[in-house]
Amino acid sequence: MMKNSASKERLLSHQRSSDPAYIRSSPTPTTTTRRKFSDSDSDSKIQFSLEHAFGDSDFVPAGTFSARLKTWSHGGQTLTKLRFSRNAFTQAEKGNFEKLLIGDEFYRIRLPSNVLSPPGRDYVVSSVKARCLPREGLDEHFVIHMEGVNILAVNYGAPGACPYPRQMKLPAKWSFNSHTVLKNSEQAPRTPVFAEEQLGENGEGEAVKPPERSFWAKYWMYLIPLGLIVMNAITQAMNMPEEQATGQAGAQQGAAVQRGPSPAVRRR
Amino acid sequence: MAIRVFLISLLFLSTTITTFSLYEDQVGLMDWHQQYIGKVKDAVFHTQKTGRKRVVVSTEENVIASLDLRHGEIFWRHVLGSNDAIDRIDIALGKYVITLSSEGSILRAWNLPDGQMVWESFLKGPNHSKSLLLVPTSLKVDKDNVIIVFGKGGLHAVSSIHGEILWQKDFAAESFEVQHVIQPLGSDIIYVVGFVGSSQFNVYQMNAKNGELLKHESAALSGGFSGEVSLVSSNTLVMLDSTGSTLITVNFHNGEINFQKTDISDLIKESLGMATILPSKLAGMFALKTTTFMIFIRVTDEGKLEVVDKINHVTAVSDALSFSEGQQAFALVEHYNNDIYLTVKLGQEWNSDLLKESIKLDDQRGLVHKVFINNYIRTDRSHGFRALIVMEDHSLLLLQQGEIVWCREDGLASVIDATTSELPVEKEGVSVAKVEENLFEWLKGHILKIKGTLMLASPEEVVNIQAMRLKSSEKSKMTRDHNGFRKLLIVLTKSGKVFALHTGDGRIVWSLLLNSLRKSETCENPTGLNLYQWRVPHHHAMDENPSVLVVGRCRSNSDAPGVLSFVDTYTGKELGSSSLVHSVVQVILLPFTDSNEQRLHLLIDAKQRAHLYPKNPEAVGIFQREFSNIYWYSVEADDGIIKGHVLKDNCIGEVSDEYCFETKEIWSIVFPLESEKIITTVTRKLNEVVHTQAKVIADQDVMYKYISKNLLFVVTVAPKATGGIGSATPEESWLVAYLIDSVTGRILHRMTHHGSHGPVHAVFSENWVVYHYFNLRAHRYEMSVIEIFDQSRADNKDVWKLVLGKHNLTSPISSYSRLEVITKSQSYFFTHSVKAIAVTSTAKGITSKQLLIGTVGDQVLALDKRFLDPRRSINPTQAEKEEGMIPLTDSLPIIPQSYVTHSLKVEGLRGIVTVPAKLESTALVFVYGVDLFFTRLAPSRTYDSLTEDFSYALLLMTIVALVVAIFVTWILSEKKELRDKWR
Repeated sequence: MMKNSASKERLLSHQRSSDPAYIRSSPTPTTTTRRKFSDSDSDSKIQFSLEHAFGDSDFVPAGTFSARLKTWSHGGQTLTKLRFSRNAFTQAEKGNFEKLLIGDEFYRIRLPSNVLSPPGRDYVVSSVKARCLPREGLDEHFVIHMEGVNILAVNYGAPGACPYPRQMKLPAKWSFNSHTVLKNSEQAPRTPVFAEEQLGENGEGEAVKPPERSFWAKYWMYLIPLGLIVMNAITQAMNMPEEQATGQAGAQQGAAVQRGPSPAVRRR
Repeated sequence: MAIRVFLISLLFLSTTITTFSLYEDQVGLMDWHQQYIGKVKDAVFHTQKTGRKRVVVSTEENVIASLDLRHGEIFWRHVLGSNDAIDRIDIALGKYVITLSSEGSILRAWNLPDGQMVWESFLKGPNHSKSLLLVPTSLKVDKDNVIIVFGKGGLHAVSSIHGEILWQKDFAAESFEVQHVIQPLGSDIIYVVGFVGSSQFNVYQMNAKNGELLKHESAALSGGFSGEVSLVSSNTLVMLDSTGSTLITVNFHNGEINFQKTDISDLIKESLGMATILPSKLAGMFALKTTTFMIFIRVTDEGKLEVVDKINHVTAVSDALSFSEGQQAFALVEHYNNDIYLTVKLGQEWNSDLLKESIKLDDQRGLVHKVFINNYIRTDRSHGFRALIVMEDHSLLLLQQGEIVWCREDGLASVIDATTSELPVEKEGVSVAKVEENLFEWLKGHILKIKGTLMLASPEEVVNIQAMRLKSSEKSKMTRDHNGFRKLLIVLTKSGKVFALHTGDGRIVWSLLLNSLRKSETCENPTGLNLYQWRVPHHHAMDENPSVLVVGRCRSNSDAPGVLSFVDTYTGKELGSSSLVHSVVQVILLPFTDSNEQRLHLLIDAKQRAHLYPKNPEAVGIFQREFSNIYWYSVEADDGIIKGHVLKDNCIGEVSDEYCFETKEIWSIVFPLESEKIITTVTRKLNEVVHTQAKVIADQDVMYKYISKNLLFVVTVAPKATGGIGSATPEESWLVAYLIDSVTGRILHRMTHHGSHGPVHAVFSENWVVYHYFNLRAHRYEMSVIEIFDQSRADNKDVWKLVLGKHNLTSPISSYSRLEVITKSQSYFFTHSVKAIAVTSTAKGITSKQLLIGTVGDQVLALDKRFLDPRRSINPTQAEKEEGMIPLTDSLPIIPQSYVTHSLKVEGLRGIVTVPAKLESTALVFVYGVDLFFTRLAPSRTYDSLTEDFSYALLLMTIVALVVAIFVTWILSEKKELRDKWR
């Protein structure tokens, strides 16, 4: 029984970890299509709102996330099929945003920390330098870290790079292009457990030893002198017949050899 | 021939075995170890004539130790666990040391000569209470001496021979708070006196032999009592009433309880302010302490109170000691300027002093906190007294005949924080004359060394060589050395004293009791928090001294006002101090210095305001330039919230000045309290140097390390799993590891370990984190590693791109760019539980790293980082093997030779500090706990220098011999040639 439940849990968590729903909401908020889901009894629709603030201003609603709340048989609840509809900037907000762009200040957003009973314990806040957002339109990227029905954190920013000396640039279009990612925790890989016999063979024995190095790296200090000795021996062996030859020749030629190269050889 | 080849090859093989460890004669060469015991709480002198003279002490570091009275050395010592505080100690049967610990629940007996535990018994009881230990000398039950213990709400009689509980009596049900357990001399009756609530006084009369309750009386006390209850004689108690203005004398005798009230103002005509009764046991009298003076009051037989004396400047009074028949003495210590006066008085006659001595003390020791006395018989058969005094800086001194016999710096047992400082630069270069002067000595030393290496030295010479190596003056010099091995270790201790230790031999160069961290009226309970390097002169290294910043706070709660103090590290003088109006919650070191090379520090207070130090306009100028680039985070562990902050503008309100800044929150992470609780947060060390940003992996591929100073590693556990191991089942305990960018609040990595349990110890370096926890499913400790790599720079592998400059390696990295990182992770089993983890750090970061693991056995294990490489696999490919990858095993190896502490133990290990030396291969390691340990480590061995015992003389002589040989052979060959020519 225990085993069974454990394996089920592993299965579920595996499912969960592979789950991160990558949803691209349509570029303009007005065209966001909403489909009705009525296929499952255990699923329910849920909505929570995104709020934003310009610099130090107060937070005001800026959009709505909607998702399906899936209730698992073991009691856990997770969100799936996240959709996002963003409200367009009003004229006043545009002005505020431009001010942020000029001052290189923060554009802040927040989400409730619990989607069932917002705002939960507190809001999760994230902010980005306003100058990172404008491209063609305003590109934004949400990564929402979930733990069941709780939102742990939201990472908000530009979907691409935001190179450091941030350039002041007004967006061509005042519409948001939003990307949303829902992330759940990954499962840590299990510590491998090796069988006993394997341990006996190569596991422990090898682990205790220092890491293997190549033969050359290990023994170069002995190999080089050895090589030198061998080379020396070879040259000497090569000289031997020569010397014999010179010795014979020297007997014949006498004094003429003494200024020749052979004394050098002999002296060595 | 074959045998010779075999022998030679054997010789080769034997030299290739790598040595991690030290040789026996290398111990103490570059490491030192110091043993301490901590601030003494209680001391019992061993009075028996036989054997050596000793004193047994218990300390606030939960140490029980036996010290030699002649030199103050430790005979034996036991460090009990951190949750096993010693309440009382005593000596029983003249051969056992009895300790009562853990709030009166564990009673142990230790053998006095060698410190071995003789027996241990656990006293069980329903509730907490004051714990009392009474070892009567004459009380015997069947030839067995009885120890009377009050603990856990019950009275226990324990056999002193084998620790068995003979009888016990619970008082718990009656919510009785015991004050004293009294055994009148020579009788079998014990009195247990105490209170129910604050007004009902109870006396229980019991038979000591069998625990039978003989009598129980109680009487109501109007007005209640407060503070200490002093036992004046075996049937009289004195206490203060709840207002603190009236003394109450309680006399209980043969079933009668009499109260007598005396107004303090009747005894002394002047106003006292707040008075307290001292807990010291004095015969027939008691001491009343006020803020300015101390009053000794005698209780007469009729229960009347008489003021005996009023003494100013008294700081400590000992218990009464009976030294000969019927005579009792006690000591009191007075302070006058730097001198202390020790007076030993006879209990009965106040005016006769048995001893009056004045002792000059070093002014860095503060006040006397405790005094214990012991008597001895002089050669002329008169009585002499010695006193053991405990000072404000936790040091322990033995005074005898007006002199300090020995002194132990036991403040060093409670190190809070440690940092290093460079030594002064050697001003004039090494003079040749000085070298020449001891050239002969030098040569002699080297010849000895050569003898040693050639194994020609006689045993005495070997001893000489060893002594010479240990005492090498080179390592304890007070100047900077070329390799950066000589430094000053600056440590802050719990007593508020700062010590500078020399890394060469561990001696104390200077010590300073910080006045700002001493108890005062404005700052009742100051504690030191941290040490920071305030000024490290580089440009003016010759004429400016470095200094450190000591940060403390007045009370233990975080909103208490802070205290700063600046200390010169060369002279050990306090340069300045300030008590702050704001609190100190966090100290942020900014990477900027002003023109005086003072480091800019940002202190965050409890109201999330930032205060800039040093307070000068120049610092503000530097700060304003980087104003918008300063981010920090705060962790509210109890609420499970991590927040990121930036600076806003200058403060408005009561503390407004130009150095104070308001802040605002820019991100937050809210952990659900029902499933996660923050237990550990770790960041990278600020001064860490990373040499290579890329890692070349086996298939000639490159991975870029994600190196960010702003990464924060956080571990949360299930709320149920916060208790000890076993408090949660594997199903309901888990552990989540997070990597968070502390500028933007982005979670870069999040991983759940199911069935795992804290406590978690972690270390963060370069682009990796190693953490240690318990795996409930596998019933073993585990260590995991996470390495984080940057993918956004991964396409910089093309050589042509690099050549043509079309790469993004030099562009500044912004935290606001979207991150493309990948993480790799792997877990291994590890045998030990861990007290601390650190990692070696070297000057340039080239040398490979070792993890330094403080194990449960109070040792430090060096573990190569390569064992914790997430790319390890069971069967590494040939290329991976060549790279040095170790085949994957399920557990990390513990190689006995790789203990850094070799055979030593750093009792009560709490922290490991690593500091880079100037020599790239070497890191300095300082380990602290109750003991201190210091050593040098070379994780990849000293590839950039010759070993210390390298014989230069041998080299020199070889060269000389070779040169001589060359000349000789040259002359010979010339001669031969000449001869040949003449022939």
